[in-house]
Amino acid sequence: MSNKRVVTATINEETAEFLCEPRQTLLEVLRDSLNLTGTKEGCSNGNCGACTVIMNGHAVVSCLVLGVEAEGAEIQTIEGVSCDGSLNEVQSAFLEGAALQCGICTPGFIMQTEALLAEKSNPTEDDIRFYLAGNLCRCTGYDKIVRAVMAAAEQRQVTTG
Amino acid sequence: MSTAEKPSYKVIGTRPIRHDGVDKVTGRALYGADIKLSRMLYGATVRSPHAHAKIVRIDTSQAELMPGVRAVITSEDVPEQGDRVVELGEGAVNMRHLAANVMAREKVLYKGHVVAAVAADDVHTAEEACARIEVEYETLPPVLDLLKAMSADAPILNDDIRTESIGSAPSGSDQQTNVAKHFMFEKGDIKQGFADADIIVERTFDTAMVHQGYIEPHNATAHWNADDKITVWMSTQGTFSARQQTAELLLMPVSSVKVVPMEIGGGFGGKISVYLTPLAALLSKKTGRPVKILMSRTEVFEATGPTPGSHMRVKLGAKSDGTLVAGEAWIAFEAGAYTGSPIGAACMCVFACYDLPNGQVEGFDVCVNKPRTNAYRAPGSTHVAMATETLVDELCEKLKMDPTEFRIKNAAGEGTRRVDGPVYPRIGMVETVEAIRDSEHYKTTLDGKFCGRGVASGFWFNVGLKSSVSATVNSDGTVALVEGSTDIGGTRTSIAMQLAETLGIAAEDVNPVVVDTDSIGYTDITGGSRVTFSTGIAAINAAISIQEQMCQRAAILWETDAENVRYEEGHLVGPSDQRLSFRELAEKLRELGDAVVGYGTSGSETQGGAFGTHCVDVEIDPELGKVQILRYTIAQDAGTAIHPSYVEGQMQGGVVQGIGWALNEEYWYDEQGEMHNPTFLDYRIPTCYDVPMIDTIIVEVPDPQHPYGVRGVGEVPICPPPAAIANAIYDALGIRMTELPMAPHRVLAAYLGRNTDD
Amino acid sequence: MPNVFIPPSMRDLIPDHSVVSMQGKTVRAVIEQLERSYPGAKDRLCSGETLRPGIAVTVDGAITPLGLLQPIGENSELHFLPAIGGG
Repeated sequence: MSNKRVVTATINEETAEFLCEPRQTLLEVLRDSLNLTGTKEGCSNGNCGACTVIMNGHAVVSCLVLGVEAEGAEIQTIEGVSCDGSLNEVQSAFLEGAALQCGICTPGFIMQTEALLAEKSNPTEDDIRFYLAGNLCRCTGYDKIVRAVMAAAEQRQVTTG
Repeated sequence: MSTAEKPSYKVIGTRPIRHDGVDKVTGRALYGADIKLSRMLYGATVRSPHAHAKIVRIDTSQAELMPGVRAVITSEDVPEQGDRVVELGEGAVNMRHLAANVMAREKVLYKGHVVAAVAADDVHTAEEACARIEVEYETLPPVLDLLKAMSADAPILNDDIRTESIGSAPSGSDQQTNVAKHFMFEKGDIKQGFADADIIVERTFDTAMVHQGYIEPHNATAHWNADDKITVWMSTQGTFSARQQTAELLLMPVSSVKVVPMEIGGGFGGKISVYLTPLAALLSKKTGRPVKILMSRTEVFEATGPTPGSHMRVKLGAKSDGTLVAGEAWIAFEAGAYTGSPIGAACMCVFACYDLPNGQVEGFDVCVNKPRTNAYRAPGSTHVAMATETLVDELCEKLKMDPTEFRIKNAAGEGTRRVDGPVYPRIGMVETVEAIRDSEHYKTTLDGKFCGRGVASGFWFNVGLKSSVSATVNSDGTVALVEGSTDIGGTRTSIAMQLAETLGIAAEDVNPVVVDTDSIGYTDITGGSRVTFSTGIAAINAAISIQEQMCQRAAILWETDAENVRYEEGHLVGPSDQRLSFRELAEKLRELGDAVVGYGTSGSETQGGAFGTHCVDVEIDPELGKVQILRYTIAQDAGTAIHPSYVEGQMQGGVVQGIGWALNEEYWYDEQGEMHNPTFLDYRIPTCYDVPMIDTIIVEVPDPQHPYGVRGVGEVPICPPPAAIANAIYDALGIRMTELPMAPHRVLAAYLGRNTDD
Repeated sequence: MPNVFIPPSMRDLIPDHSVVSMQGKTVRAVIEQLERSYPGAKDRLCSGETLRPGIAVTVDGAITPLGLLQPIGENSELHFLPAIGGG
């Protein structure tokens, strides 16, 4: 296809260069061009949060960001939250707290939780529910997700002192 | 809580980490949309903008000329089905209707109905090509209102439908109708029953069409090979059902289709029927290349299988001492474009919680110009629970009786004959009400001017159906467990735990894997709350077979006969007190004969049914009509909870779906049959900010049909919430809500005493 | 003898009875017996040699996967009901 641009971004701490049509979303680029399929598509209009990634320190729904807007950006996806092959506190808390059923919303919740904990290391239940309200889960009723975020916050405080 | 002396289990009742968990928290798990194959094409569909129209002409020529477009199909490419009704594992389906739902033939019956499909090099080209396909329609008046659709002068959707009922004369009638089915159940003497009643309550209820709202849209990737073998990768609740539907739709032998299950991002009943799979297969046949099609969220809302809207009139009569004596129900469900709503189940569920001596239930399955409805978690039961449980609350109020006391007095139990006829085996309805009565929540007083508390119960059958597993003992003492039940909510683990319990090994020493339809015996859908029950029984049977084989192998080692070897808690014990653990013997298997492989099947067992009772506190904003859930407690009979965390998860998830159905969710249709809210922004499912923690009480009344007493837990938790919330609203404001959803404008209008018309 | 609960829609054929006792060791045998007593009954419940689509038979409260071939006991009770799926 003609009309493609070369975009350079830092994705999961590595430089990535990709070809991108102006109409392609960051979600599409991540999934189809870069094979980072851990970022999920649930609605493609910013309502469900399944495609949440962290871009320049902020949680964004990647379906509402164009691929070309990633030029020069620093992006973290679910594949990059723990680079050393182990699970981080948030991932462990979701796993141990049975905070997922079908799992399709899980990467988005984990990314949003990372953004929350970066902003507030000791969130209240209300903080968590407010901050995660843009991420939809249809299986769990949110109870175990909210508890997992609380557990992750606590664990992270222990590990980071 | 436990209601009986519980056997001591080592694995059952513990909370191991789920086997597929790491893949799902790292993004490595592969869902349907994640598949990528060499030379793969991307599909898109052309969909009707009208709710009811004749297709006059389709011109695909402009689309076919576009660079990058590889194939275009219309109904001419879809095989004619004729008059065939096929059993598809979960009920009989009229194949002509199923085919027409996949691709409209002469008429479109709802907005979003597929009329053509394109395969192209990328999805954007496919979508552009779709826009260039010209379809000429002759619009027809849409039939959107349930009661109007039933009238004799209503426009007819399907000219081949005649009203059918169980045991009625096979129709020789020429009378075309939208009423596809009529059900009737009777017990006792309804007239005498109401004559004997001291108090009679009766109301009419309406509920809106709602969607399952799984987060993952439908997807299908198919490759039609040159040898006419078709491979499908998809998100489905049932690989074998998807295989059969696809094969039947394509008029191919069932063995020519292999369905590879990808991880599934939620289903709740909505991922049983196929939509995209036959289209992807036909596009692949035309191009010789694999074709992937994904639905958009709007397509999911407009053109998959939501659960029906309903209109119900229910009447209950009781003696002044609180004894229920009679019940009558008239229930009509929107089938959508083609017959098949869960009206039969609704009729069987409406009075299922109670010991009702006299009852009559009548139900109708009615075609309207909306998407063809499908199952949604305890299909049909939530609708009728809204009606019955509201009236039970009204009886309690009039009798000045505590709602738990009334329910305990009238609860169905072992030996109760249902209105539809059969007699209950051991069930746990009473125990769930007692659990709520004795709960901290119910014992705590609720204060607050606009606050109220409501209680409601619910029932779902739970089905049995068939499952198969195989299990191989590895030389390191672990077991590879192969199953055909797609895992939506952690069932790999609940099945593995039952195998582990039976073998006396750790859950972590079982490695469960879900495989394609060529690699395991026939297995019915993941639905009907059946997997932990039925696939569990298959796994137990496989484990018993492994026990026998391990005894034989130990007998070889100890130079004795197999009957002299005992299998005890994960150990083999010989006649001279020789003792080897499962792992120790597994390590020696290489020298002890054939591989140890256990097979297990299930299919003849019927579940006893699941009950739940819920208690909810709400607070209502008297200026906005908005209902806030303050506290929620659910008590449910799980028989035996295999993995309590995932039992709680099913209960909590079901409750929150029920809260959405109760308070927010509905399809907004205009007069032309266009849905005005086909996005998650406007079709508003609950967010975590809308709900509190959901407190769970697991009641355990073991089901004697399962070796460990399991009852399915997935569906019944969705049934009571709308009624429980309606009863809480009454407690708070003194108004009886009879229409779902109880959205702010309806609550406010009822509170202000105005008509609730929008 | 096994008891057969008659669906209300068959009352035109079998008036005055909501339950009839019928000899038979399988569901099929009972339906054949019903047909002999009430000609036309079989056609209401069966299509050829299987149950009509959408009809399930329960024997003693349990839906039988064997349909017409399901063996029944001396005092069994039979109901013809809508087939149930699930979500």
